[in-house]
Amino acid sequence: MASGGGGAPELYQYQPGDPRLPGGRSTSRIVGSLRAEGAKGVAIAVVSTVVVFTVIVLVVVNSPNWPAVKEAFFNGEIFRDTFPEIARKFIKNIRYFLIAEVFILAWALVLAVMRSLPGPVFFPIRIMSIVYTDLFRGIPTILVVYLLAFGVPSLDLPGVPKDPAFWGVVALILSYSAYVAEVYRAGIESVHPSQAAAARSLGLSRWKSLRFVVIPQAVRRVIPPLLNDFVGLQKDTALIAFVVAIPEAFKMGQIEQNTLFNFTPLLAVAVMFLIVTIPLTRLVDWLVARQRRRQMAGGAL
Amino acid sequence: MNDDDVAVRIEGLHKSFERLEVLRGIDLTVAEHEVICLIGASGSGKSTLLRCVNLIEPVDAGRIVVHGEEITARGVDVNRIRRSIGIVFQAFNLFPHMTVLRNITLAPIEALGLPKREAEERALELLERFGLADKKDDFPDRLSGGQQQRVAIVRALAMQPDIMLLDEVTSALDPELVAEVLNVIRELAQAGMTMLIATHEMGFARDIAKRICFLDAGVILEEGPPEQIFSAPHEARTQRFLQSIIEAGRM
Repeated sequence: MASGGGGAPELYQYQPGDPRLPGGRSTSRIVGSLRAEGAKGVAIAVVSTVVVFTVIVLVVVNSPNWPAVKEAFFNGEIFRDTFPEIARKFIKNIRYFLIAEVFILAWALVLAVMRSLPGPVFFPIRIMSIVYTDLFRGIPTILVVYLLAFGVPSLDLPGVPKDPAFWGVVALILSYSAYVAEVYRAGIESVHPSQAAAARSLGLSRWKSLRFVVIPQAVRRVIPPLLNDFVGLQKDTALIAFVVAIPEAFKMGQIEQNTLFNFTPLLAVAVMFLIVTIPLTRLVDWLVARQRRRQMAGGAL
Repeated sequence: MNDDDVAVRIEGLHKSFERLEVLRGIDLTVAEHEVICLIGASGSGKSTLLRCVNLIEPVDAGRIVVHGEEITARGVDVNRIRRSIGIVFQAFNLFPHMTVLRNITLAPIEALGLPKREAEERALELLERFGLADKKDDFPDRLSGGQQQRVAIVRALAMQPDIMLLDEVTSALDPELVAEVLNVIRELAQAGMTMLIATHEMGFARDIAKRICFLDAGVILEEGPPEQIFSAPHEARTQRFLQSIIEAGRM
Protein backbone atom coordinates (compact mmCIF):
# COMPACT_ATOMS: atom_id res chain seq x y z
CA MET A 1 0.00 0.00 0.00
CA ALA A 2 1.26 3.46 -0.82
CA SER A 3 2.21 5.33 2.30
CA GLY A 4 1.25 8.83 3.33
CA GLY A 5 1.05 11.01 0.31
CA GLY A 6 0.34 8.26 -2.17
CA GLY A 7 2.27 8.11 -5.35
CA ALA A 8 5.77 6.77 -4.96
CA PRO A 9 7.53 8.59 -2.09
CA GLU A 10 11.01 8.52 -3.54
CA LEU A 11 13.35 9.65 -0.81
CA TYR A 12 16.62 11.37 -1.43
CA GLN A 13 19.03 8.51 -1.93
CA TYR A 14 22.71 8.49 -1.20
CA GLN A 15 24.92 6.91 -3.77
CA PRO A 16 27.97 5.11 -2.37
CA GLY A 17 30.21 6.91 -4.85
CA ASP A 18 28.93 10.39 -3.99
CA PRO A 19 32.02 12.25 -2.74
CA ARG A 20 29.88 14.69 -0.77
CA LEU A 21 28.53 12.04 1.54
CA PRO A 22 29.96 10.50 4.70
CA GLY A 23 32.36 7.89 3.45
CA GLY A 24 32.07 4.90 5.69
CA ARG A 25 29.28 2.93 7.17
CA SER A 26 27.83 4.20 10.38
CA THR A 27 29.29 3.01 13.67
CA SER A 28 26.13 1.17 14.55
CA ARG A 29 26.39 -0.85 11.36
CA ILE A 30 30.01 -1.74 12.00
CA VAL A 31 29.21 -2.85 15.52
CA GLY A 32 26.05 -4.52 14.25
CA SER A 33 27.92 -6.63 11.71
CA LEU A 34 30.28 -7.74 14.49
CA ARG A 35 27.40 -8.67 16.73
CA ALA A 36 25.97 -10.84 13.98
CA GLU A 37 29.20 -12.85 13.84
CA GLY A 38 29.23 -13.42 17.60
CA ALA A 39 32.05 -13.59 20.14
CA LYS A 40 34.45 -15.15 17.69
CA GLY A 41 33.99 -12.22 15.31
CA VAL A 42 34.68 -9.71 18.08
CA ALA A 43 37.85 -11.54 19.10
CA ILE A 44 39.17 -11.58 15.53
CA ALA A 45 38.38 -7.88 15.14
CA VAL A 46 40.22 -6.96 18.34
CA VAL A 47 43.30 -9.00 17.49
CA SER A 48 43.54 -7.72 13.91
CA THR A 49 43.06 -4.12 15.04
CA VAL A 50 45.81 -4.42 17.66
CA VAL A 51 48.18 -6.06 15.18
CA VAL A 52 47.59 -3.48 12.43
CA PHE A 53 48.04 -0.47 14.69
CA THR A 54 51.07 -1.94 16.46
CA VAL A 55 52.76 -2.48 13.12
CA ILE A 56 51.99 1.07 11.97
CA VAL A 57 53.31 2.58 15.23
CA LEU A 58 56.46 0.45 15.14
CA VAL A 59 57.21 1.42 11.55
CA VAL A 60 56.77 5.14 12.28
CA VAL A 61 58.68 5.11 15.56
CA ASN A 62 61.58 3.17 14.07
CA SER A 63 61.90 5.40 11.02
CA PRO A 64 65.41 6.95 10.78
CA ASN A 65 64.34 10.49 11.50
CA TRP A 66 61.64 9.82 14.10
CA PRO A 67 63.26 11.70 17.02
CA ALA A 68 63.42 14.94 15.02
CA VAL A 69 59.85 14.54 13.71
CA LYS A 70 58.61 13.76 17.17
CA GLU A 71 60.21 16.91 18.48
CA ALA A 72 58.80 19.05 15.63
CA PHE A 73 55.23 17.74 15.57
CA PHE A 74 54.46 15.97 18.83
CA ASN A 75 56.06 18.14 21.47
CA GLY A 76 53.86 17.61 24.54
CA GLU A 77 55.08 20.70 26.33
CA ILE A 78 54.39 23.01 23.38
CA PHE A 79 51.02 21.37 22.90
CA ARG A 80 50.08 22.11 26.52
CA ASP A 81 51.32 25.69 26.27
CA THR A 82 49.64 26.61 22.99
CA PHE A 83 46.39 24.66 23.09
CA PRO A 84 44.46 26.98 25.47
CA GLU A 85 45.11 30.07 23.35
CA ILE A 86 44.21 28.21 20.15
CA ALA A 87 41.04 26.95 21.78
CA ARG A 88 40.15 30.54 22.71
CA LYS A 89 40.71 31.69 19.13
CA PHE A 90 38.62 28.79 17.92
CA ILE A 91 35.56 30.61 19.28
CA LYS A 92 36.03 32.94 16.31
CA ASN A 93 35.84 29.95 13.92
CA ILE A 94 32.64 28.82 15.55
CA ARG A 95 31.21 32.30 15.25
CA TYR A 96 32.15 32.53 11.53
CA PHE A 97 30.58 29.12 11.05
CA LEU A 98 27.29 29.94 12.77
CA ILE A 99 26.84 33.29 11.04
CA ALA A 100 27.68 31.83 7.62
CA GLU A 101 25.41 28.81 8.12
CA VAL A 102 22.30 30.89 8.82
CA PHE A 103 22.76 32.92 5.64
CA ILE A 104 23.70 29.86 3.58
CA LEU A 105 20.54 27.98 4.57
CA ALA A 106 18.36 30.94 3.56
CA TRP A 107 20.18 32.05 0.40
CA ALA A 108 20.59 28.50 -0.91
CA LEU A 109 16.86 27.90 -0.52
CA VAL A 110 16.18 31.03 -2.57
CA LEU A 111 18.57 29.74 -5.27
CA ALA A 112 16.93 26.30 -5.28
CA VAL A 113 13.43 27.74 -5.55
CA MET A 114 14.59 30.07 -8.35
CA ARG A 115 15.91 27.09 -10.24
CA SER A 116 12.73 25.03 -9.82
CA LEU A 117 10.34 27.72 -11.13
CA PRO A 118 8.50 26.27 -14.13
CA GLY A 119 7.55 27.71 -17.48
CA PRO A 120 9.21 29.92 -20.09
CA VAL A 121 8.52 33.17 -18.18
CA PHE A 122 10.98 32.19 -15.48
CA PHE A 123 13.69 31.09 -17.91
CA PRO A 124 15.99 34.05 -17.10
CA ILE A 125 15.66 33.40 -13.36
CA ARG A 126 16.49 29.73 -13.83
CA ILE A 127 19.50 30.69 -15.94
CA MET A 128 20.71 33.10 -13.27
CA SER A 129 20.51 30.41 -10.63
CA ILE A 130 22.31 27.88 -12.83
CA VAL A 131 25.10 30.31 -13.71
CA TYR A 132 25.51 31.18 -10.04
CA THR A 133 25.86 27.58 -8.88
CA ASP A 134 28.17 26.68 -11.77
CA LEU A 135 30.37 29.67 -11.01
CA PHE A 136 30.71 29.25 -7.27
CA ARG A 137 31.00 25.49 -7.35
CA GLY A 138 33.69 25.79 -9.99
CA ILE A 139 35.97 28.30 -8.23
CA PRO A 140 38.10 27.06 -5.32
CA THR A 141 36.71 28.53 -2.10
CA ILE A 142 40.10 29.92 -1.10
CA LEU A 143 40.13 32.01 -4.31
CA VAL A 144 36.71 33.47 -3.54
CA VAL A 145 37.92 34.31 -0.03
CA TYR A 146 41.01 36.05 -1.43
CA LEU A 147 39.20 37.93 -4.17
CA LEU A 148 36.49 39.28 -1.88
CA ALA A 149 38.59 39.95 1.21
CA PHE A 150 41.28 41.84 -0.68
CA GLY A 151 39.24 43.07 -3.63
CA VAL A 152 36.16 44.64 -2.10
CA PRO A 153 37.85 46.69 0.66
CA SER A 154 40.29 48.15 -1.88
CA LEU A 155 37.38 49.52 -3.90
CA ASP A 156 37.08 52.02 -1.08
CA LEU A 157 33.33 52.26 -1.40
CA PRO A 158 31.72 54.46 1.24
CA GLY A 159 29.61 52.54 3.77
CA VAL A 160 31.00 49.16 2.72
CA PRO A 161 32.78 47.21 5.49
CA LYS A 162 36.55 46.93 5.10
CA ASP A 163 37.10 44.09 7.56
CA PRO A 164 38.65 41.17 5.62
CA ALA A 165 37.06 38.71 8.05
CA PHE A 166 33.64 40.08 7.08
CA TRP A 167 34.36 39.48 3.40
CA GLY A 168 35.86 36.09 4.17
CA VAL A 169 32.57 35.04 5.75
CA VAL A 170 30.67 36.49 2.78
CA ALA A 171 32.88 34.41 0.48
CA LEU A 172 32.07 31.25 2.44
CA ILE A 173 28.36 32.09 2.23
CA LEU A 174 28.50 32.64 -1.55
CA SER A 175 30.53 29.50 -2.15
CA TYR A 176 28.67 27.08 0.11
CA SER A 177 25.25 28.36 -0.97
CA ALA A 178 25.96 26.94 -4.41
CA TYR A 179 26.46 23.45 -2.94
CA VAL A 180 23.59 23.65 -0.50
CA ALA A 181 21.26 24.92 -3.24
CA GLU A 182 21.94 21.73 -5.19
CA VAL A 183 21.12 19.67 -2.09
CA TYR A 184 17.83 21.53 -1.65
CA ARG A 185 17.04 21.12 -5.32
CA ALA A 186 17.51 17.37 -5.13
CA GLY A 187 15.11 17.40 -2.18
CA ILE A 188 12.51 19.48 -4.00
CA GLU A 189 12.69 17.24 -7.04
CA SER A 190 12.29 14.14 -4.87
CA VAL A 191 8.84 15.27 -3.70
CA HIS A 192 6.36 13.56 -6.02
CA PRO A 193 4.55 15.97 -8.38
CA SER A 194 1.21 14.59 -7.18
CA GLN A 195 1.83 16.39 -3.87
CA ALA A 196 2.01 19.76 -5.59
CA ALA A 197 -0.98 18.81 -7.75
CA ALA A 198 -3.02 17.97 -4.65
CA ALA A 199 -2.11 21.31 -3.06
CA ARG A 200 -2.92 23.27 -6.22
CA SER A 201 -6.20 21.40 -6.67
CA LEU A 202 -7.32 22.74 -3.29
CA GLY A 203 -6.88 26.27 -4.57
CA LEU A 204 -3.53 27.00 -2.96
CA SER A 205 -1.32 29.30 -4.99
CA ARG A 206 1.93 28.05 -6.51
CA TRP A 207 3.93 29.81 -3.79
CA LYS A 208 1.79 28.49 -0.94
CA SER A 209 1.88 24.92 -2.19
CA LEU A 210 5.66 25.22 -2.40
CA ARG A 211 5.87 26.74 1.07
CA PHE A 212 3.51 24.45 2.95
CA VAL A 213 3.66 21.19 1.03
CA VAL A 214 6.78 20.79 -1.11
CA ILE A 215 9.57 22.57 0.80
CA PRO A 216 8.85 21.09 4.26
CA GLN A 217 8.99 17.58 2.81
CA ALA A 218 12.08 18.41 0.74
CA VAL A 219 14.01 19.87 3.68
CA ARG A 220 13.24 16.89 5.90
CA ARG A 221 14.71 14.56 3.32
CA VAL A 222 17.95 16.48 2.87
CA ILE A 223 18.86 17.14 6.51
CA PRO A 224 21.68 14.51 6.52
CA PRO A 225 23.46 15.87 3.40
CA LEU A 226 22.92 19.41 4.72
CA LEU A 227 24.68 18.50 7.96
CA ASN A 228 27.45 17.01 5.88
CA ASP A 229 27.96 20.41 4.29
CA PHE A 230 28.00 21.91 7.79
CA VAL A 231 31.03 19.77 8.58
CA GLY A 232 32.80 21.01 5.44
CA LEU A 233 31.94 24.61 6.25
CA GLN A 234 33.21 24.27 9.82
CA LYS A 235 36.58 23.16 8.48
CA ASP A 236 36.71 25.83 5.80
CA THR A 237 36.42 28.65 8.32
CA ALA A 238 40.19 28.08 8.57
CA LEU A 239 40.50 29.65 5.09
CA ILE A 240 39.77 33.02 6.66
CA ALA A 241 43.18 32.71 8.34
CA PHE A 242 44.76 33.65 5.00
CA VAL A 243 43.20 37.10 4.81
CA VAL A 244 42.92 38.38 8.39
CA ALA A 245 45.30 40.17 10.72
CA ILE A 246 43.46 39.28 13.93
CA PRO A 247 43.97 35.52 14.27
CA GLU A 248 41.39 32.77 14.50
CA ALA A 249 42.52 29.25 15.45
CA PHE A 250 44.53 28.32 12.33
CA LYS A 251 46.22 31.71 12.08
CA MET A 252 47.05 31.48 15.79
CA GLY A 253 48.62 28.08 15.17
CA GLN A 254 50.72 29.51 12.34
CA ILE A 255 51.89 32.39 14.51
CA GLU A 256 52.92 30.01 17.29
CA GLN A 257 54.61 27.75 14.75
CA ASN A 258 56.66 30.65 13.42
CA THR A 259 57.71 31.92 16.83
CA LEU A 260 58.52 28.50 18.32
CA PHE A 261 59.95 26.92 15.12
CA ASN A 262 57.73 23.92 15.88
CA PHE A 263 54.72 22.37 14.14
CA THR A 264 52.99 21.13 17.29
CA PRO A 265 50.64 24.15 17.51
CA LEU A 266 49.18 23.14 14.13
CA LEU A 267 48.48 19.71 15.60
CA ALA A 268 46.66 21.48 18.40
CA VAL A 269 44.54 23.28 15.75
CA ALA A 270 43.75 19.96 14.09
CA VAL A 271 42.67 18.47 17.43
CA MET A 272 40.44 21.49 18.05
CA PHE A 273 38.69 21.01 14.70
CA LEU A 274 38.26 17.29 15.31
CA ILE A 275 36.59 17.96 18.66
CA VAL A 276 33.80 19.70 16.74
CA THR A 277 33.67 17.83 13.45
CA ILE A 278 33.72 14.24 14.72
CA PRO A 279 30.54 14.54 16.81
CA LEU A 280 28.89 16.33 13.85
CA THR A 281 29.91 13.51 11.50
CA ARG A 282 28.58 10.87 13.89
CA LEU A 283 25.31 12.79 14.05
CA VAL A 284 25.09 12.71 10.24
CA ASP A 285 25.74 8.95 10.21
CA TRP A 286 23.07 8.41 12.82
CA LEU A 287 20.53 10.49 10.88
CA VAL A 288 21.31 8.70 7.63
CA ALA A 289 20.90 5.32 9.31
CA ARG A 290 17.64 6.40 10.91
CA GLN A 291 16.29 7.63 7.58
CA ARG A 292 17.26 4.38 5.90
CA ARG A 293 15.49 2.40 8.62
CA ARG A 294 12.33 4.47 8.24
CA GLN A 295 12.42 4.13 4.50
CA MET A 296 12.68 0.37 4.78
CA ALA A 297 9.89 0.24 7.34
CA GLY A 298 7.77 2.32 4.96
CA GLY A 299 8.50 0.01 2.06
CA ALA A 300 7.50 -3.07 4.03
CA LEU A 301 4.04 -1.75 4.81
CA MET B 1 -32.19 22.39 -19.43
CA ASN B 2 -32.60 25.80 -17.84
CA ASP B 3 -29.27 27.61 -17.51
CA ASP B 4 -29.78 28.06 -13.77
CA ASP B 5 -29.90 24.31 -13.32
CA VAL B 6 -26.59 23.73 -15.07
CA ALA B 7 -23.58 23.14 -12.83
CA VAL B 8 -21.01 22.34 -15.51
CA ARG B 9 -21.17 22.65 -19.28
CA ILE B 10 -18.32 21.16 -21.29
CA GLU B 11 -18.16 21.96 -24.99
CA GLY B 12 -15.86 20.51 -27.63
CA LEU B 13 -13.07 19.71 -25.20
CA HIS B 14 -9.77 18.62 -26.75
CA LYS B 15 -6.60 17.67 -24.90
CA SER B 16 -3.36 16.14 -26.15
CA PHE B 17 -0.19 15.05 -24.41
CA GLU B 18 2.62 15.47 -26.92
CA ARG B 19 1.21 13.72 -30.00
CA LEU B 20 -1.25 11.57 -28.08
CA GLU B 21 -4.80 12.89 -28.36
CA VAL B 22 -6.49 11.94 -25.09
CA LEU B 23 -9.71 13.93 -25.36
CA ARG B 24 -11.16 14.36 -28.84
CA GLY B 25 -14.20 16.56 -28.47
CA ILE B 26 -16.08 16.02 -25.22
CA ASP B 27 -19.54 17.56 -24.82
CA LEU B 28 -21.21 17.10 -21.47
CA THR B 29 -23.69 19.02 -19.37
CA VAL B 30 -24.01 18.31 -15.65
CA ALA B 31 -27.13 19.53 -13.85
CA GLU B 32 -27.12 20.83 -10.28
CA HIS B 33 -27.19 17.95 -7.79
CA GLU B 34 -26.65 15.45 -10.58
CA VAL B 35 -24.34 12.48 -10.14
CA ILE B 36 -22.65 11.28 -13.32
CA CYS B 37 -20.40 8.26 -13.53
CA LEU B 38 -17.74 8.05 -16.21
CA ILE B 39 -16.90 4.51 -17.22
CA GLY B 40 -14.53 3.16 -19.82
CA ALA B 41 -11.24 1.35 -20.21
CA SER B 42 -7.99 2.71 -18.83
CA GLY B 43 -6.68 5.39 -21.17
CA SER B 44 -10.14 6.31 -22.44
CA GLY B 45 -9.74 9.82 -21.01
CA LYS B 46 -11.81 9.72 -17.80
CA SER B 47 -9.07 11.00 -15.51
CA THR B 48 -7.89 13.61 -17.98
CA LEU B 49 -11.44 14.92 -18.30
CA LEU B 50 -11.70 15.37 -14.51
CA ARG B 51 -8.26 16.96 -14.32
CA CYS B 52 -9.27 19.42 -17.05
CA VAL B 53 -12.40 20.43 -15.12
CA ASN B 54 -10.22 21.15 -12.07
CA LEU B 55 -7.79 23.04 -14.35
CA ILE B 56 -4.88 20.84 -13.29
CA GLU B 57 -4.46 20.20 -17.00
CA PRO B 58 -4.84 23.15 -19.38
CA VAL B 59 -7.20 22.38 -22.27
CA ASP B 60 -6.14 22.64 -25.92
CA ALA B 61 -9.52 23.53 -27.39
CA GLY B 62 -13.13 23.84 -26.29
CA ARG B 63 -14.58 25.42 -23.19
CA ILE B 64 -15.74 24.54 -19.71
CA VAL B 65 -18.43 26.68 -18.10
CA VAL B 66 -19.12 26.33 -14.38
CA HIS B 67 -22.18 28.09 -12.99
CA GLY B 68 -22.23 30.46 -15.95
CA GLU B 69 -18.53 31.38 -15.81
CA GLU B 70 -16.15 30.16 -18.48
CA ILE B 71 -13.28 28.79 -16.40
CA THR B 72 -11.15 27.96 -19.43
CA ALA B 73 -11.09 31.63 -20.53
CA ARG B 74 -7.82 33.52 -20.52
CA GLY B 75 -6.94 35.47 -17.39
CA VAL B 76 -9.25 33.52 -15.08
CA ASP B 77 -7.90 33.15 -11.53
CA VAL B 78 -7.40 29.39 -11.44
CA ASN B 79 -6.94 29.34 -7.66
CA ARG B 80 -10.38 30.89 -7.14
CA ILE B 81 -11.99 28.37 -9.51
CA ARG B 82 -10.31 25.38 -7.87
CA ARG B 83 -11.55 26.42 -4.43
CA SER B 84 -15.11 25.67 -5.49
CA ILE B 85 -14.31 22.43 -7.34
CA GLY B 86 -13.08 19.58 -5.16
CA ILE B 87 -11.11 16.69 -6.59
CA VAL B 88 -10.09 13.42 -4.96
CA PHE B 89 -7.38 11.26 -6.48
CA GLN B 90 -6.85 7.54 -6.81
CA ALA B 91 -3.62 7.75 -4.76
CA PHE B 92 -5.13 9.91 -1.94
CA ASN B 93 -2.21 12.38 -2.11
CA LEU B 94 -2.52 13.36 1.53
CA PHE B 95 0.35 15.49 2.83
CA PRO B 96 2.49 12.98 4.77
CA HIS B 97 4.20 15.57 6.97
CA MET B 98 0.95 16.93 8.40
CA THR B 99 -1.60 15.49 10.81
CA VAL B 100 -5.05 14.62 9.52
CA LEU B 101 -6.45 17.83 10.99
CA ARG B 102 -3.74 19.99 9.41
CA ASN B 103 -4.24 18.25 6.05
CA ILE B 104 -7.87 19.32 6.18
CA THR B 105 -7.44 22.85 7.53
CA LEU B 106 -4.46 23.92 5.40
CA ALA B 107 -6.40 25.05 2.34
CA PRO B 108 -9.37 26.63 4.22
CA ILE B 109 -6.88 28.70 6.24
CA GLU B 110 -4.36 29.52 3.50
CA ALA B 111 -6.59 29.70 0.43
CA LEU B 112 -9.93 30.86 1.89
CA GLY B 113 -8.42 32.93 4.70
CA LEU B 114 -10.57 31.28 7.34
CA PRO B 115 -9.51 31.82 10.97
CA LYS B 116 -7.76 28.75 12.36
CA ARG B 117 -10.47 28.04 14.92
CA GLU B 118 -13.27 28.17 12.42
CA ALA B 119 -11.36 25.94 10.00
CA GLU B 120 -10.74 23.40 12.76
CA GLU B 121 -14.37 23.41 13.84
CA ARG B 122 -15.42 22.79 10.28
CA ALA B 123 -12.85 20.00 9.91
CA LEU B 124 -13.85 18.30 13.17
CA GLU B 125 -17.50 18.42 12.17
CA LEU B 126 -16.70 16.66 8.90
CA LEU B 127 -14.41 14.11 10.57
CA GLU B 128 -17.18 13.36 13.06
CA ARG B 129 -19.69 12.92 10.26
CA PHE B 130 -17.49 10.37 8.50
CA GLY B 131 -16.37 8.53 11.66
CA LEU B 132 -12.79 9.80 11.66
CA ALA B 133 -12.82 12.12 14.66
CA ASP B 134 -10.40 9.96 16.66
CA LYS B 135 -7.84 10.14 13.83
CA LYS B 136 -7.47 13.90 13.78
CA ASP B 137 -3.99 13.95 15.35
CA ASP B 138 -2.63 10.96 13.44
CA PHE B 139 -0.27 11.23 10.50
CA PRO B 140 -1.54 9.74 7.23
CA ASP B 141 0.85 6.77 7.27
CA ARG B 142 -0.82 5.53 10.46
CA LEU B 143 -4.15 5.15 8.66
CA SER B 144 -5.50 2.38 6.47
CA GLY B 145 -6.01 3.10 2.77
CA GLY B 146 -9.75 3.43 3.26
CA GLN B 147 -9.28 5.89 6.11
CA GLN B 148 -6.74 7.87 4.08
CA GLN B 149 -9.13 8.14 1.18
CA ARG B 150 -11.96 9.24 3.47
CA VAL B 151 -9.65 11.92 4.90
CA ALA B 152 -8.85 13.01 1.33
CA ILE B 153 -12.58 13.36 0.65
CA VAL B 154 -13.04 15.34 3.87
CA ARG B 155 -10.10 17.55 2.87
CA ALA B 156 -11.84 18.39 -0.40
CA LEU B 157 -15.20 18.91 1.35
CA ALA B 158 -13.69 21.31 3.87
CA MET B 159 -13.42 23.85 1.05
CA GLN B 160 -17.22 23.60 0.74
CA PRO B 161 -17.05 22.99 -3.01
CA ASP B 162 -20.09 23.19 -5.30
CA ILE B 163 -18.85 20.26 -7.35
CA MET B 164 -16.84 17.16 -6.47
CA LEU B 165 -14.70 15.26 -8.95
CA LEU B 166 -13.76 11.72 -7.91
CA ASP B 167 -11.00 10.06 -9.91
CA GLU B 168 -11.13 6.29 -9.39
CA VAL B 169 -11.02 6.83 -5.66
CA THR B 170 -11.34 3.13 -4.79
CA SER B 171 -8.93 1.70 -7.37
CA ALA B 172 -5.92 1.75 -5.05
CA LEU B 173 -7.78 0.16 -2.13
CA ASP B 174 -7.83 -3.41 -0.87
CA PRO B 175 -11.26 -4.93 -1.65
CA GLU B 176 -12.42 -4.94 1.98
CA LEU B 177 -11.80 -1.20 2.25
CA VAL B 178 -13.79 -0.18 -0.81
CA ALA B 179 -17.20 -0.19 0.87
CA GLU B 180 -16.37 2.41 3.53
CA VAL B 181 -15.31 4.87 0.85
CA LEU B 182 -18.30 4.16 -1.39
CA ASN B 183 -20.62 4.74 1.58
CA VAL B 184 -19.15 8.20 2.04
CA ILE B 185 -19.81 8.98 -1.62
CA ARG B 186 -23.38 7.67 -1.33
CA GLU B 187 -23.97 9.99 1.58
CA LEU B 188 -22.66 12.92 -0.44
CA ALA B 189 -24.98 12.03 -3.29
CA GLN B 190 -27.97 11.89 -0.93
CA ALA B 191 -26.99 15.29 0.44
CA GLY B 192 -27.29 16.65 -3.10
CA MET B 193 -23.63 17.11 -4.04
CA THR B 194 -23.02 17.54 -7.75
CA MET B 195 -20.50 14.88 -8.68
CA LEU B 196 -18.53 13.63 -11.64
CA ILE B 197 -17.18 10.19 -10.78
CA ALA B 198 -14.70 8.16 -12.80
CA THR B 199 -15.00 4.58 -11.60
CA HIS B 200 -14.49 0.92 -12.32
CA GLU B 201 -17.10 -0.10 -9.72
CA MET B 202 -20.01 -0.87 -12.05
CA GLY B 203 -22.44 -1.98 -9.35
CA PHE B 204 -21.80 1.24 -7.48
CA ALA B 205 -22.19 3.30 -10.66
CA ARG B 206 -25.51 1.65 -11.44
CA ASP B 207 -26.67 2.42 -7.89
CA ILE B 208 -25.65 5.98 -7.52
CA ALA B 209 -25.52 7.62 -10.94
CA LYS B 210 -28.38 9.39 -12.60
CA ARG B 211 -26.48 9.15 -15.85
CA ILE B 212 -23.63 6.97 -17.10
CA CYS B 213 -21.17 8.17 -19.73
CA PHE B 214 -19.14 5.56 -21.54
CA LEU B 215 -15.84 7.04 -22.72
CA ASP B 216 -13.93 5.42 -25.53
CA ALA B 217 -10.80 6.80 -27.20
CA GLY B 218 -11.37 10.34 -25.96
CA VAL B 219 -15.05 10.77 -26.80
CA ILE B 220 -18.29 10.05 -24.95
CA LEU B 221 -19.42 7.21 -27.12
CA GLU B 222 -22.68 6.58 -25.32
CA GLU B 223 -24.58 8.10 -22.43
CA GLY B 224 -27.85 7.40 -20.71
CA PRO B 225 -29.52 6.27 -17.50
CA PRO B 226 -27.82 3.31 -15.81
CA GLU B 227 -30.67 0.89 -16.57
CA GLN B 228 -30.28 1.49 -20.28
CA ILE B 229 -26.46 1.53 -20.42
CA PHE B 230 -26.01 -1.59 -18.31
CA SER B 231 -28.89 -3.66 -19.75
CA ALA B 232 -29.28 -2.47 -23.32
CA PRO B 233 -26.24 -0.55 -24.57
CA HIS B 234 -26.59 0.64 -28.17
CA GLU B 235 -22.94 0.73 -29.16
CA ALA B 236 -20.95 -2.38 -29.95
CA ARG B 237 -17.93 -1.05 -28.07
CA THR B 238 -19.99 -0.41 -24.93
CA GLN B 239 -21.31 -3.96 -25.15
CA ARG B 240 -17.79 -5.32 -25.50
CA PHE B 241 -16.52 -3.26 -22.57
CA LEU B 242 -19.36 -4.37 -20.28
CA GLN B 243 -18.90 -7.96 -21.44
CA SER B 244 -15.23 -7.87 -20.44
CA ILE B 245 -16.17 -6.41 -17.06
CA ILE B 246 -18.64 -9.24 -16.48
CA GLU B 247 -16.08 -11.82 -17.52
CA ALA B 248 -13.61 -10.33 -15.04
CA GLY B 249 -16.24 -10.90 -12.37
CA ARG B 250 -16.45 -7.23 -11.51
CA MET B 251 -20.17 -6.76 -11.96
